[in-house]
Amino acid sequence: MTDKIYRVNMTDLTAKVEDVPDAWAGLGGRGLTSTIVAAEVPPTCHPLGPDNKLVFASGLLSGTVTANSGRLSVGAKSPLTGTIKESNSGGTSSQLLARLGVKALIIEGQPEKDSYYSLHVTETGVTITEEPDMPGKGNFAVVNTMLDRHGEKTGVISIGPAGEMRMAVANISVKDPEGKVRSAGRGGLGAVMGSKKVKCIAINAPKEAAVAIAEPEKFKAAVRTFAKALMEHPVSGQGLPTYGTSVLINVINEAGGLPTRNFRYGQFEGHDKISGEAMHDLIEKRGGKIKHGCHAGCVIQCSQVYNDERGKYKTSGFEYESIWAMGADCCVDNLDQIAEADHIMDDIGIDTIETSVTMGVAMEGGLLPFGDGAGILRILDQDVRNGTPLGRLIGGGAAAVGKAYGVTRVPVVKNQAIPAYDPRAVKGIGITYCTSTMGADHTAGYAVATNILKVGGDVDPLKKEGQVELSRNLQIATAALDTAGLCIFVAFPALDIPEAFTSIVDMINARFGISLTADDVTELGKNILRTEHEFNLAAGFTNKDDRLPEFFSREKLPPHNVVWDFTGEEIDEFWNF
Amino acid sequence: MRVKVKLFANFRINRFKQEIREYNSTMTVGAIVEELGIPDSEVGIIFINGRGTSMDQVLREGDTLSLFPLVGGG
Repeated sequence: MTDKIYRVNMTDLTAKVEDVPDAWAGLGGRGLTSTIVAAEVPPTCHPLGPDNKLVFASGLLSGTVTANSGRLSVGAKSPLTGTIKESNSGGTSSQLLARLGVKALIIEGQPEKDSYYSLHVTETGVTITEEPDMPGKGNFAVVNTMLDRHGEKTGVISIGPAGEMRMAVANISVKDPEGKVRSAGRGGLGAVMGSKKVKCIAINAPKEAAVAIAEPEKFKAAVRTFAKALMEHPVSGQGLPTYGTSVLINVINEAGGLPTRNFRYGQFEGHDKISGEAMHDLIEKRGGKIKHGCHAGCVIQCSQVYNDERGKYKTSGFEYESIWAMGADCCVDNLDQIAEADHIMDDIGIDTIETSVTMGVAMEGGLLPFGDGAGILRILDQDVRNGTPLGRLIGGGAAAVGKAYGVTRVPVVKNQAIPAYDPRAVKGIGITYCTSTMGADHTAGYAVATNILKVGGDVDPLKKEGQVELSRNLQIATAALDTAGLCIFVAFPALDIPEAFTSIVDMINARFGISLTADDVTELGKNILRTEHEFNLAAGFTNKDDRLPEFFSREKLPPHNVVWDFTGEEIDEFWNF
Repeated sequence: MRVKVKLFANFRINRFKQEIREYNSTMTVGAIVEELGIPDSEVGIIFINGRGTSMDQVLREGDTLSLFPLVGGG
């Protein structure tokens, strides 16, 4: 199918199908969402006002048989950070949009009427329907309603009550192959969708709809090389499928960089109880699934299905970040309570990282004692879900709660909560937190790989040498991967196995009949970062925003007793490319 | 010489999680790995006292050695 842009105007409730402008033709995923946001959204606009736009774009390789190519990028100006934002997710929608030839779905404007709407995306365009019964529904109910209405194969993108309340922690959920949800978690994009009054988007593609491949034989060969590399690399081929991402709990704890008790310590006493090893054994004992993919064509299968004590489904996609945040950061060592929280957060539609780090800050402020898992569950299910004044406060994110409680240890960059690696003990990732155009985001340039995991080289995590360059190279490569629609975990083999990297370039070339070189792909990554950075500068950010909170420089992190010691000038070197 | 050895992920299978082990002579990481019957090629991450190190590093009295296969996440 010829690629098109679908544009929905929520002010006058109309939808158009447009040709793809030449400048957007070679882009997908993050490259495309950031280019569109930068071109069409005034950087100084209010993120929840009518001038912001919400953009969905499949990656360049999505919808093809390429392994792990089903990531969907969502972009807008973020209500949490005030920066440009791209957040990506698995699920089935990316592949459906790609097969429909919908290069991007742009939602703009804002209705005056206080009603919620659904969008139905098909080969002919978008239908907008008023949904009087939808407000207040959780994501699981919304997904089921859409599947009942449009059929089992329907792709569903939705927000829970948090998105409707335009909370800064609200995420966007994407239905996975089993009718559960994955999330474009970070940066409050669910609030932007809520501000547009779009409760959900259903996507249907005709059976015969397929992505056109310019050079099928070349494509097939590159696809095979790529999949082989994913299976052969020990991280993507064995480690991730067996223990999930939370195998990192014990790794990062041993390295002394597992943020504990609101970033006070680098090790958590209860680490083994919430580890990937413990989860693996529990899943074996209770039934469930050790490995599981977030989209069709995933060969890494880092996800899992986690059952409760009675062997009943509790949650899936139970990830390191979520487990760390409510676990070590809030000192909850009960995996069942964390699983319950994960399920509630999926249903309400809130980011597990932002919300749990917010709880850690609130605990520091005295709202709850550290370790009070039951208290967290109560606040999530009663206060956040129903939007009580306390729920609204938590829904504002870690920085907002830190201010409300007068806490100085507030782990955020550009108002976005710092994820599961303490930057004092893993300095490379600290550079990524500072300089990412997204606010603190580990996925933007995963220096943990090289600092701790010994993938893609070896840079001492406690030293400054080489970290800025490492983070820069990783952020450039990641921007390109996010544009291809590839799962971030393909980076493990791509960093270590040369053919894995070249096969990605080969696949893009064969898909479109073009001849990019590896250098062109690097240049693409650089251009995306520059575009995003320029948006942020125009929105009012300066290099002084590329800094960690003061406490990281003042307080020594046990057990290595290290502080964050980069100067501003050293950090600013990042943008020297 | 007493060394605390901690094993993770599949290295624990048919071995142990954590043990204080007694060694007569100076030992390298590699020698301990061999003694435990772990193939060299499977060892991904090695920490002594929480710092990354290599197979030829010599252990000292009271050290904690942590061994992981090559794993990742994020």
